[in-house]
Amino acid sequence: MLKGKGIPIFITFLVGMIMIVSFFIPHKPFGDIEKISLNWYSIIAGFTMLLGVDSLIGMHFRKVKRKDENWFFSLVLIFGFVATVVVGIIETVRFGTAFDDKSYFTYIYNYFIVPLQTTMFSLLAFFIASAAYRAFRARNFDATLLLITAIIVMLGRVPLGEQISPYLPKFTEWIMQVPQMAAKRGIGLGISLGALGVSIRIILGIERSYLS
Amino acid sequence: MGTTIGIWIAAGLTLFIYSFLYKDNPFYKFAEHLYVGITAGYWLIYTWAYVIQPMLLDPMIKNKEFVLLIPAFFGIIMLTRWFPNIAWLSRWSIAFTVGIGAGLGVTGAIQGFILPQVQATLVPITGFNFETFNNFLIIFGVLTTLIYFYFSKEQKGVLKWGSKIGITFIMVAFGASFGYTVMARISLLIGRIYFLLSDWLKILK
Amino acid sequence: MNIFLKLLKVDRRFIYIFIAIVVILPLLLKPKFPVVPSQPVKDVYNYIENLPEGSNVMISIDYDAASMPEQQPFLEALLRQLFRNKLKPILIVQWQLGAPLGTMGLEKIAKEMGAKYGVDYINLGYRPGYVAQIVGIGKEIRDYFKVDYRNVPLDSFPMMKNVHNYNDIALLVGLEAGATYLVWIEYAGGRFKQKIALALNAVSAPDAYYFYQSGQIVGLVGGMKGAAEYEVLVGKPDLAVAGMASQSYSHLVIILFIILGNIAYFIEKRTKSKEGGK
Repeated sequence: MLKGKGIPIFITFLVGMIMIVSFFIPHKPFGDIEKISLNWYSIIAGFTMLLGVDSLIGMHFRKVKRKDENWFFSLVLIFGFVATVVVGIIETVRFGTAFDDKSYFTYIYNYFIVPLQTTMFSLLAFFIASAAYRAFRARNFDATLLLITAIIVMLGRVPLGEQISPYLPKFTEWIMQVPQMAAKRGIGLGISLGALGVSIRIILGIERSYLS
Repeated sequence: MGTTIGIWIAAGLTLFIYSFLYKDNPFYKFAEHLYVGITAGYWLIYTWAYVIQPMLLDPMIKNKEFVLLIPAFFGIIMLTRWFPNIAWLSRWSIAFTVGIGAGLGVTGAIQGFILPQVQATLVPITGFNFETFNNFLIIFGVLTTLIYFYFSKEQKGVLKWGSKIGITFIMVAFGASFGYTVMARISLLIGRIYFLLSDWLKILK
Repeated sequence: MNIFLKLLKVDRRFIYIFIAIVVILPLLLKPKFPVVPSQPVKDVYNYIENLPEGSNVMISIDYDAASMPEQQPFLEALLRQLFRNKLKPILIVQWQLGAPLGTMGLEKIAKEMGAKYGVDYINLGYRPGYVAQIVGIGKEIRDYFKVDYRNVPLDSFPMMKNVHNYNDIALLVGLEAGATYLVWIEYAGGRFKQKIALALNAVSAPDAYYFYQSGQIVGLVGGMKGAAEYEVLVGKPDLAVAGMASQSYSHLVIILFIILGNIAYFIEKRTKSKEGGK
């Protein structure tokens, strides 16, 4: 009985209904229930973090243990993780919070995380240029339209476009505000109507795939 | 002193990552794995410092809010995934979070998205001027895109033409998004190169 | 073999070198380009210009280092405008990994403009809660922010004495790298009628245009180019404007790549169909 899907489906229904009712009756006690539920949500989500960290570190730990190919880099990953956590704990004790401006934890943020993250993402500039050259082809009417719009926007959105013709940026802005906007709204409405349907089905227990 | 060393570390890691552009190599692998490890560590400390401690432990210990044992229970049973014979318990926590998401999906979407967006599409199309033309395009574009979304398999009459025109609007939108994506990626590269030229090499002022 | 077909098979590393050159050279040579502000950016600027002196403007840092080159210049330009017009920024953070970036920008411009902490501006830092918090500020900001980012009680700051919820905030400016702006629009905007302006990464900026047309946001600043326009409006061109030459030439080169690639593609297609016809 406990192992079945009955209890989870009831929990989902109850919580979902509370969220909806508290929206229509924002007064006590419902308004507070909404707030409390959302706070609980954050707490539970915090625990899932542990699952993620465990599976990542566990995987690399096994690679090191088995001396798999590239095990040295798995060791680097584990070292980075352990060092950051240790520094975080020491600085929490020292400053009361690891996130203090003067802590070495913040130093790790500034001189390791920031450059690594920004550089990783900036690599995409090279890849997108290469992909544009190799794969962006005017194969048919739709693809040609996509390509032409992309070129107009790329020119019209930079100062160079202004030098070619002051009408180019204006035309780009028109594309963004009228046809582009209309299609994105259509897509947005399509998605949110779909999501609305799925949400209702989940609350009513019709959609259960999240439990399998 | 700390700053100078930091900038050299940052510059070194930046170049390690860019070395991937030549080909995959140990320097890149080193930086990549270091990044993943450090970020995971950072998130762990972060979750402790900003979620578990202030939202769960402090209120329970300092203010005796023992009702928080409920989310703590749901959080802990989420971890039963580690033990296959009781892993089914984690479904309860998933059910709780999915319920919240679904509830929000209903209320937030209607009031904050669907209603205002539908309302904004009902623009006046009276008179002969550029604005009317634009308004017409907006209504037409939204409708045909929706038709494409819901009826792209129907190949008959108005729906067929509607979804064909819809895909045209969608292509314009995707083209614009591609242009903007190129713009974003190049901006990030500019930021990185600027760092190397100014903070590290001090060529730029 | 046709030269175009040879070009089609060129090593991708040549393309990378080209891109690197067109980014580096303009940064060094600094050619001048006119930056003309577009309407959605002007709308943000003008809305703030028309706010009465002393109004509170909430800035939400919803980006991290991955978007620094796009968002940081806008943050600085915005803060210059706010301090110049004697408006009071209240900085909060939804993306914890961006918190140090927000603090950095705020302290830099406050020092430059001679603003006093707790009187002219305040930094509340990051709090967890996300949707709960954004809804919660609609009731009482102290439910989530009893203290500032350094754990000093909110009520000890003169500028926070009369700030309780969205009614006391003239404008919310979200600096956005992901989908957090949807929560601001749906809850702060939809439920509490909070006026919102957005600065979005270029990747997500096109998706937000419908909120601009529907009036759910007062204006929209997109990417580094939007930030450059804002710097021009505020009257102090800085890093974003400096990047615009590189941005222009890189786009031009990528467009040339696309055109070359397509010429080669059509030649190849024609050659193949001729061979097929024989």
